Amino acid sequence: MYSATKKTNTFALKLNRTFIYIVCVFLALMSIMPFWIMFVNATRSTPQIQAGLSLLPSSHLMRNLEVLVGKSFDPLTGLMNSFIISAGTTLCAVYFSALTAYALVVYNWRFRQPFFTFIVLIMLIPAQASAVGFYQFMYQLGWTNNHLPLILPAIASPAIVFFMRQYLLGALSFEIVESARVDGSGEFATFNRIILPIMMPAVATQAIFVFVGSWNNLFMPLILLTKQDYYTLPIMVNLLRGDIYKTEYGSIYLGLSLTAIPLFIVYFLLSRYIIEGVALGSVKE
Amino acid sequence: MPLRRRSISYSRYGYIFCLPFVLAFLVFSLYPILYTALIGFTDLKGVNTREFHILDNPFDNFKNLLFENELFRKSIVNTGIIWILNFIPQLGIALLLTAWFTNKRLNIRGQGAFKILFYMPNVITAGTIAVLFSSLFAYPIGPVNSLYQMLGWSSEPVNFLLDKWTARGIVSFIQYWMWYGHTMLILIAGVLGINPALYEAAAIDGANGWQQFTKITLPGIKTIMLFVLITSMIGGLQMFDIPQLFQSGGPDNSTYTASMFIYAQAFKGQYLYNRAAAASMILFLIAAVLSAILFYMLRDRDAARTKKEEKRIRKAARAQGGVTHV
Repeated sequence: MYSATKKTNTFALKLNRTFIYIVCVFLALMSIMPFWIMFVNATRSTPQIQAGLSLLPSSHLMRNLEVLVGKSFDPLTGLMNSFIISAGTTLCAVYFSALTAYALVVYNWRFRQPFFTFIVLIMLIPAQASAVGFYQFMYQLGWTNNHLPLILPAIASPAIVFFMRQYLLGALSFEIVESARVDGSGEFATFNRIILPIMMPAVATQAIFVFVGSWNNLFMPLILLTKQDYYTLPIMVNLLRGDIYKTEYGSIYLGLSLTAIPLFIVYFLLSRYIIEGVALGSVKE
Repeated sequence: MPLRRRSISYSRYGYIFCLPFVLAFLVFSLYPILYTALIGFTDLKGVNTREFHILDNPFDNFKNLLFENELFRKSIVNTGIIWILNFIPQLGIALLLTAWFTNKRLNIRGQGAFKILFYMPNVITAGTIAVLFSSLFAYPIGPVNSLYQMLGWSSEPVNFLLDKWTARGIVSFIQYWMWYGHTMLILIAGVLGINPALYEAAAIDGANGWQQFTKITLPGIKTIMLFVLITSMIGGLQMFDIPQLFQSGGPDNSTYTASMFIYAQAFKGQYLYNRAAAASMILFLIAAVLSAILFYMLRDRDAARTKKEEKRIRKAARAQGGVTHV
C-alpha cells in the first residue's frame, strides 16, 4: 500500500517535472527566437526574406551593410555617442552615489536622517515630470545637442545611493575609518583609497545597471539631441522605421542587430552578476 | 605646550560629501520640475519662443487636458489598458516559475540557464525590440505571416497591425516578455528570504505543495509583490519607447500612451510646451500618489516592528530591575 502511493507519487512528480521543463524550454525559445530571426535575417537578401522564414544564415551580410551605411544610418557615430554618454553617466552615478552613501553612513550630521528620507522620497520621480522644463532650461543654456545634460544629472541618482548605503551598512567597520584617521589620512583620501575599494562589489553591480539603462535610454536623448552627429543608437533605431529603408528588409534587421550586439556581449559576459544584482536590488525593504 | 586633545568634529564632511548630489538634484531635477510646473500655467508654445506669460485663467491648460482633450484622455486610458494586459500575465507567469524554481521536491535543473534566458530581453534596447516586432509582424511579408502560412492557419497574409486590439496586445506582450524574468528574479529572492523552517514544519504537518505555496510563500512575499506592483505601475506610466517605435501609437491611436502625448505635444508640430507641461504635472501627481501608497505600506511595517522591538527591550529592562542595557 505504502509503496503503491509512493510509486504514483514519483510518477506524478515525473509528469509534473516534464511539464515544467516543456514550459521552461518553450519560454526560453520565446526569448531566443525573435533575436535569432533578427540575426539570421541580417544576413539574408530582401527576396530571400520575402520568400519565407528561415533559421539558417545566408550570405548577404556585406551587401546589407553597404545599403545600411549608404543611407543615413551611421552605426559607428551612434556607438561612439552611446558609449560616451553611458560611460560618463556610469562614472558620475557610481562615484557620487558612493560618496553620498558614505556621508550618510559614516558621519553624524544634523540632517543625516532627513536627507535619507528625502532621497527615498525622490527615488521614483519619473523623467517625464521634468522633461519640458529641463529642455527649456538646457535650450536657454545652449546645451541642446551636447552630451553633458545627459551625463551630469546622474550625479544625483537616489536609487543608487539607497542601494550603496545598504551595502555600506553591512560591509563597513568604523575601525577602518578610525585607523585611517590615526594614520593621518584626510577624509576625502580615506574615501578614495580605502572605502571605494571596499565598496567595489556594489559599485560594479550598480555600474552594469546604470550603463545598460543609460545605453537603452530613448526619451531624454530624443528630446535633447536633434543633430545627427549626436544621435545615440536608440535614436538611430528610429531611422530604420522610416521610408528610406522601406523594402531593404535585410538592412533593417542588420541595423537592429548592430544596436543589440554590444548588449548581448555585455550580458553574456556579466549575466551572473546581473542576475544576482536584480535579486539584490529587490530585497531592500 | 598644552596638549591639543580637542576632539575633531567630522560632521562637516557629511555636508561636503553630499554637496555634489544636492547641487545636481537642485539644478537638474528640482529646478526643471518647478519650471515644468510653471510652464503648465503659461502660454509658452512655438519653437524659439523665449517669453511667456501666466494665463489669465492659470488652470486653462489643465482644464483643457482633463475635460476637453480627447487624445489625452485616450492616451491615459491606453496606458492603463496596455499596462494591465502586460502585468497580469507577467505576475502570473513569474509566480508560477517562482513556485516551480523554489520547490525543493521538484528540484528543477538548469535554473541558472533558464534565469539568464528569461531575463535576457530586459537588457536589449526597448526601441530595438519594438522595431524588431514591428518587422516580425509586418504585412504582407514578415516572419509571423510566413509562419501563419507555413502552418496553414491562413492562406492570405494577415495585416495584424491594422487591428486595435491586436496592436495593443502585441505592445503588452512585448512589455510582458521584457519584464517577466525581472519580476521572477525579484520574487525568487523574496521566497529565498522566507525562513525555511516554516516549510519544514508544514511538510511535517502534511501540507502539500499547493498549501505551502498559498499559506507560506504568498503571505511571505506580499510586501515584495506590492513593491513589484507599484514600481511596475510607475514604470508603466512612463511607457514610451515600445509604443513609439512599434507603430508610433497607431493604429487609430490605440497604442498612444501618456508619455507619447507629452513628447508629441512639446517636441513635434505646434510645440505646445505649456500643454505638455500640464500633462507632465498630471502624470507626476499620479506617480506621486502611487509612491505615497508604496511608502505608506512599507514604512508602516518597519515602524511597527521598531515599536515592538522597543517595547520588548523596555520590558526586558524592567525585568532586570531597571538596568537598561541595549
